[in-house]
Amino acid sequence: MTPVQRTVTKTLVALVAMVGFTIALVPLYDVFCQITGLNGRAASEPKAFASGNVDESRYVTVQFITRKGSGLPWRLEALDNQIRVHPGQAYEVDFVFTNYGKVAYRGRAVPSISPGEASLHLRKVTCFCFQEQRLEAGERVQLPMVFQLSRDLPESVHTVTLAYTLYPITDHMAASNNGAISQGGDA
Amino acid sequence: MAPKIPPKARLEHSESVTGGAAVDEHEHHPSGPLRWLLTTNHKEIGTLYLIFSLTMFLIGGVMALVIRVELFQPGLQLVRPEFFNQMTTMHGLIMVFGAVMPGFVGLANWMVPLQIGAPDMALPRLNNFSFWLLPVAFLLLLSTLLMPGGGPNFGWTFYAPLSTTYSPPSTTFFILSLHMAGISSILGAINIIATILNLRAPGMRLMDMTLFVWTWLITAFLLIAVMPVLAGVITMMLMDINFGTSFFNAAGGGDPVLFQHLFWFFGHPEVYIMILPAFGIISIIVPTFARKPLFGYASMVYATASIAILSFLVWAHHMFSVGLPLIAELFFMYTTMLIAVPTGVKVFNWITTLFRGSITFETPMLFSLAFIVLFTIGGFSGLMLAIAPADFQYHDTYFVVAHFHYVLVPGAVFSIMAAVYYWLPKWTGHYPDERIGRWHFWLSVIGVNLLFFPMHFAGLAGMPRRIPDYALQFADFNMASSIGGFLFGFSQLLFVWVVIKCVRGGETAPAKAWDGATDLEWSVPSPAPLHTFETPPDLRRVAG
Amino acid sequence: MRKTSVLAALVAGVAGFERNALANEWNMPVGVTEVSRHVYGLHMTIFWICVVIGAVVFSVMFYSLFRYRRSKGAKAANFHEHTTVEIFWTAVPLLILVAMAIPATATLRHMYDATEAELDVMVTGHQWRWHYDYIGEDVNYFSNLATPREQIDGTQAKDANYLLEVDQPLVLPVERKVRLLMTSSDVIHSWWVPDLAVKKDAIPGFVNEAWTRIDEPGIYRGQCAELCGKDHAFMPVVVHAMAQDEFDTWLAERKQEAAAAASGVDRNWTLPELMERGEQVYGSICASCHQPEGQGLPPTFPALANNQALLDDLEHHIDTVVNGVAGTPMPAFSGTLNAVDIAAVITYERNAWGNDTGDIVQPSAIQAQLSP
Repeated sequence: MTPVQRTVTKTLVALVAMVGFTIALVPLYDVFCQITGLNGRAASEPKAFASGNVDESRYVTVQFITRKGSGLPWRLEALDNQIRVHPGQAYEVDFVFTNYGKVAYRGRAVPSISPGEASLHLRKVTCFCFQEQRLEAGERVQLPMVFQLSRDLPESVHTVTLAYTLYPITDHMAASNNGAISQGGDA
Repeated sequence: MAPKIPPKARLEHSESVTGGAAVDEHEHHPSGPLRWLLTTNHKEIGTLYLIFSLTMFLIGGVMALVIRVELFQPGLQLVRPEFFNQMTTMHGLIMVFGAVMPGFVGLANWMVPLQIGAPDMALPRLNNFSFWLLPVAFLLLLSTLLMPGGGPNFGWTFYAPLSTTYSPPSTTFFILSLHMAGISSILGAINIIATILNLRAPGMRLMDMTLFVWTWLITAFLLIAVMPVLAGVITMMLMDINFGTSFFNAAGGGDPVLFQHLFWFFGHPEVYIMILPAFGIISIIVPTFARKPLFGYASMVYATASIAILSFLVWAHHMFSVGLPLIAELFFMYTTMLIAVPTGVKVFNWITTLFRGSITFETPMLFSLAFIVLFTIGGFSGLMLAIAPADFQYHDTYFVVAHFHYVLVPGAVFSIMAAVYYWLPKWTGHYPDERIGRWHFWLSVIGVNLLFFPMHFAGLAGMPRRIPDYALQFADFNMASSIGGFLFGFSQLLFVWVVIKCVRGGETAPAKAWDGATDLEWSVPSPAPLHTFETPPDLRRVAG
Repeated sequence: MRKTSVLAALVAGVAGFERNALANEWNMPVGVTEVSRHVYGLHMTIFWICVVIGAVVFSVMFYSLFRYRRSKGAKAANFHEHTTVEIFWTAVPLLILVAMAIPATATLRHMYDATEAELDVMVTGHQWRWHYDYIGEDVNYFSNLATPREQIDGTQAKDANYLLEVDQPLVLPVERKVRLLMTSSDVIHSWWVPDLAVKKDAIPGFVNEAWTRIDEPGIYRGQCAELCGKDHAFMPVVVHAMAQDEFDTWLAERKQEAAAAASGVDRNWTLPELMERGEQVYGSICASCHQPEGQGLPPTFPALANNQALLDDLEHHIDTVVNGVAGTPMPAFSGTLNAVDIAAVITYERNAWGNDTGDIVQPSAIQAQLSP
């Protein structure tokens, strides 16, 4: 190999490595979000409850907001819009899904948490947002969300807002990888 | 530092050393247009790149003038908002990918072999291919303006989902053309790296290279590192648009903010890709006309390398308002501020080079001096933008527009013009007309400041960027900017005139056209013959 | 020293200029919150540091250019590289940067300090208007640009608040900490009011958080700061800050209005009534995309006038307006408009611009879709 060929080979290897790195950035970003709580991504994975005592002296307000994207004739509502919780205690909140369309649809509720740092301390064992839902025409279902705010929630957090945005799932979309990596729960 | 030009005698009697590539290919040239289409000569390809860059600069400039006419006063007069957004987007894309980057590649093609004593680029046929990708890419990009729904209208940063779910149908062509421009840059970068690392004249160590060659070597590595990221991000866009994936779509489990992280991971190094070669040019021209060696050659090299490394750690300073965690905001604020240190080192070096020199003010020097002052002003506003809490007020306003135009127009573009004035004698054998050159310089400097300085005030007063119409309190600033824009725009016709005039004739230039110049390119005749350094100069020092 | 006096003159000149009455239009506003004052102070500190550094650096530069001209017989020295000097000019900027970073860090921490807010407002960006929802209060509304088309096109004189006026501003109490939750229903927008020093991106599918505590009653104006499509320039933000008791009265009135609007759902509306209301809703919500005469802007925004596919299928029309269309800019209005507005606008669309279908959509029929 001539020296030029050697250099070109090395540059091409670097190039291929960067292409690989770019592809890896997508799952890396998810890991980054899980670790830092960015965008409340951590809320879409099941987590085991942290053991320990309930902090009865402290109250945190948890708000539930439901929103809807385009193209799904559904309604999603939280039976309680706001509850006051003790860190360390488990709570169950019920959400009602209604399909008032004329045919069956599939949809998914995408969670988001504000402030982002709270998502690291929110542990959900059960949530409708972990998987997609399918509702027949006119069907109405009540689904639980069981969560705990861990005791190490920073003192500065007094209100946690949990927003769920409903989006339709088309076959097109479901068939393809959405770029998110799935991580098993540590339960 | 060893003298860069060996004694004349050594040059003329240097021994034949192997290492030149593709020398024989140039022997039988087709004539006419075919010659330009098939050329593998680095000088001809360099010329093609420079002509392409100038053409794109003028097209992008016309788009800028459409923007400035619309913004001359409040209200919608000339264009509708849909078209205005296409103009801002195309102006940005054309200037970044069509004018500034090919301009520097053209200079590299011409000057890197001449400055390292190589007969040509290491991969001449690849060189031809990487050039001819560009006209195809940009014809395709420009043709999107005529497609139904118009061309790209989502800003040169093409944030998802505006550029995916909500984009015009022509976006697929935009992606294709950007892919081609990206491949062209990658191939160009590979070629430059292979040339610099392998074809240096015997005896030329890395630390003997000119700063233009050094900065281009580092730039080429940056290109190799980030162009694949751009390619990746536009491929993901393509898949989101056409194949139903959801990389950037929350509805399918994706995240629009991921787009911005990926884009700026490419985008910030890209900013330095457009300024590092400029640093190299200024570091050559200033010593020439101060007749004094550059104050800190080694520290310039180290400063360039540290800027390049830091550029990978600052991307999220473009995203302070997307809702990053506090710790991330602090990290990116600190790293961004840190960039001021190596950049300062560069400015201090240039000024110390001027100190106790013997200075003359030919046109290339005038442009270089304006570069130092105006680029530093852009650096100051950059430092202000780095301060995250204040950035919440500056972000996405005309303050940012003023900042990046100060570093790109009197920064990158002025450096390219300085380089053209500096090397025209070598390219054409004639000096550029000094009188028109001075007119060009002074009108450009006045125009560029009248154009971009008021934007600082408009931004601070609260004017968002990328708007076709604005509230009344911004009217005076915009009128001033528009007048400056026209002054700057039309004075570039003088530049075209100077270049054409210089190609046709003018005062004959000797091999060493500037008395203070010391680099290797001045040892070949002016105009440089098609083939130079077919026998490389021997720069090996006598032992001891 | 001549250098110092030049510097002093420069500083005095710029300072005098800043004290001028023009200050507001030339510089960042000081604003009406503690955070905005901090930010302004930080901005001015950094600005003056840059001015001083610039003055020093450029004086040396211009001194050299003037003093060492060859035309005045200057002979070039041949010095280069001096380790002490190089360490000095690396270390000094580093120290200045540390000095800048300390107050900046403190301000940033303060901005991120989300202690308990007394009022939560959900701010949703739409192409091209803002929607405000007072969480837990059943008050929510769109805030549309109020500048008439004629002023934009120049056939009418522009008023003082040209492009910075809305039909319904965001009303907030003063001296209360208000938490603003930002999101978007389509593309990324950015909610910005310079006087509050709040700028936060509204990102579809995700909720961002910002807060403010306004000190003085007044009207504060800003704009969307993130390119969001063709009418990005035409979605201003207006905040009306008022005393707590005034705010309470206002909120109570809004609740009553919402209740009154809801009561209109059950009665039967006549075609002229629906057309009148529908024209209003169409003008403020739909016209920016589908155009005032329903001609649309194909291919992105389809025409509504003479759109046979639409006119043949009433149910599809209702479904489109209520639920939106996935993968297109058409949003779902089920959460943002009430049944009367939706029924009126559909009726209007089916009877205006030569679409003379005669169809009447009653609010009660829509209500059934909103809450079955």
